[in-house]
Amino acid sequence: MPAARAWSPPPLIANPWLRWGAYGAVVLYLVLALGSIEVNWARVVAGLERGWAFVGAFLRPDFAARWPEIVDGMRESLTMTVTATVAGVTLSVPIGLGAARNIAHPAVYLACRALIAVSRSFQEVIIAILFVAMVGFGPFAGFLTISVATIGFLSKLLAEDIEDADPGQLEAVRATGCGWWQWIVYGVQPQVMPRLIGLCLYRLDINFRESAVVGIVGAGGIGATLNTAIDRYEFDVAAAILLIVIAIVMVAEYSSSRLRKWVQ
Amino acid sequence: MPLALEYDRHVWRKRAPRARLALWFGWLALAALTAWSWQVMTQDTIWSFVADAPRQARDIGARMVPPRWEYAARLWHPLWDTINIATLGTLLAIVFAVPVAFLAARNTTPSLALARPVALFVIVASRSINSLIWALLLVSILGPGLLAGIIAIALRSIGFIAKLLYEAMEEIDEHQVEAVAATGAGGAQVLAYGIVPQVMPAFAGISIFRWDINIRESTILGLVGAGGIGLQLEASLNVLAWNQVSLILLLIFGTVVASEWVSARVRRAIT
Repeated sequence: MPAARAWSPPPLIANPWLRWGAYGAVVLYLVLALGSIEVNWARVVAGLERGWAFVGAFLRPDFAARWPEIVDGMRESLTMTVTATVAGVTLSVPIGLGAARNIAHPAVYLACRALIAVSRSFQEVIIAILFVAMVGFGPFAGFLTISVATIGFLSKLLAEDIEDADPGQLEAVRATGCGWWQWIVYGVQPQVMPRLIGLCLYRLDINFRESAVVGIVGAGGIGATLNTAIDRYEFDVAAAILLIVIAIVMVAEYSSSRLRKWVQ
Repeated sequence: MPLALEYDRHVWRKRAPRARLALWFGWLALAALTAWSWQVMTQDTIWSFVADAPRQARDIGARMVPPRWEYAARLWHPLWDTINIATLGTLLAIVFAVPVAFLAARNTTPSLALARPVALFVIVASRSINSLIWALLLVSILGPGLLAGIIAIALRSIGFIAKLLYEAMEEIDEHQVEAVAATGAGGAQVLAYGIVPQVMPAFAGISIFRWDINIRESTILGLVGAGGIGLQLEASLNVLAWNQVSLILLLIFGTVVASEWVSARVRRAIT
């Protein structure tokens, strides 16, 4: 027996074989993955100068040079955000009700869940590409894209919220002999409403951020202006646009968190 | 509970008259804002293109099936690249996000007046800008390739991980920290034995969650030249090879579902 024994925290994985095997697998993966990166250092060195130009541009952004284009893009982005959020929320409430296991018929449940899974697994930009191919360039394609993305997000969270609702209250309302619709309005709605409002506001934030991206593939909004600015290496204009986006996101985030506190 | 007198009977109402009026005005304002936004947004929309959409959709749909299965042989390598972009980007983000979170959390920050606002600004700036925009910038700075994609994913993820992590750190049990400090532990020891064990499960959950999101994000980075399966998607779209596009979309769908399953399993195991 040694005189002094030191305590050491228990390892995360108790079995030493499994532990060292896991470490080995991680190291092997890192070696393989890092080895697969091909870096053209000459290009990077040449680009660093441009990188510094970009960092410098953030310190003196140029709002004036492309102001009309920025205003146009921002108007498209903001209106797209509002309409798409409203449309998305309106559509995701019925889908969310259908996707809740405790209130929907099993067939409806499966159909709604499948719809949610498909709309969630594709990135907004991929959906935007398909919509641009269908309805042409412009903010209407962006509106459709963001609505679809909102449905995937909101109806999933709404459905999970309904599934977590207190079954006692649901049963109590049902015991009064009410119909299905009254059951939803008086049994389910009061339980999920505060969180639903919070989620809608949160989604409004996300939608604005997304509206800045879908323009890169032609679906309208500030993204198109930004893409053009970067393609022309007008970093000072790009920096101005990014700063405006950051400012709007900050304002939106702050006011939505205030509103959420007020609602709950 | 407000009661309204209706036909000489007391009827239960959920809200008082004033609250109902305010609620109606709120809805009215929202409807007006939406209608106005719709007007402004669609002023340049060419409706004949929109009316044509179902036909276009059918046409594209018809060209998408059957997917061109032979093309899959050329997709495995880009898919591997995509997964690497997501994984290495997440790891890189963790390296930077952990110190930022420590600076941002109210109970661990070295200075409330200076370090915390700076860290919060880093978090907001990183979160406001989508990884595709970061990729656009980085491709023009570093040149096309995996490296731009990895850094783009990392830059976007720093804000996400740091935000959730610092919120978890602000919610820890202060008694444990005090108990460790009471043994005479130094600052680093308090951190290692009082704070880190409490946020470790949250941290692992957040990282895995972000990895799962990053898999989805990294599938499109190729559209702007930042490597991965998006490059093949862009190439197929440019030649209107919709049967290759559908194969790529199927592959992306499979990958995303698999990564979501892994992430859900891991998160359930640790929390």
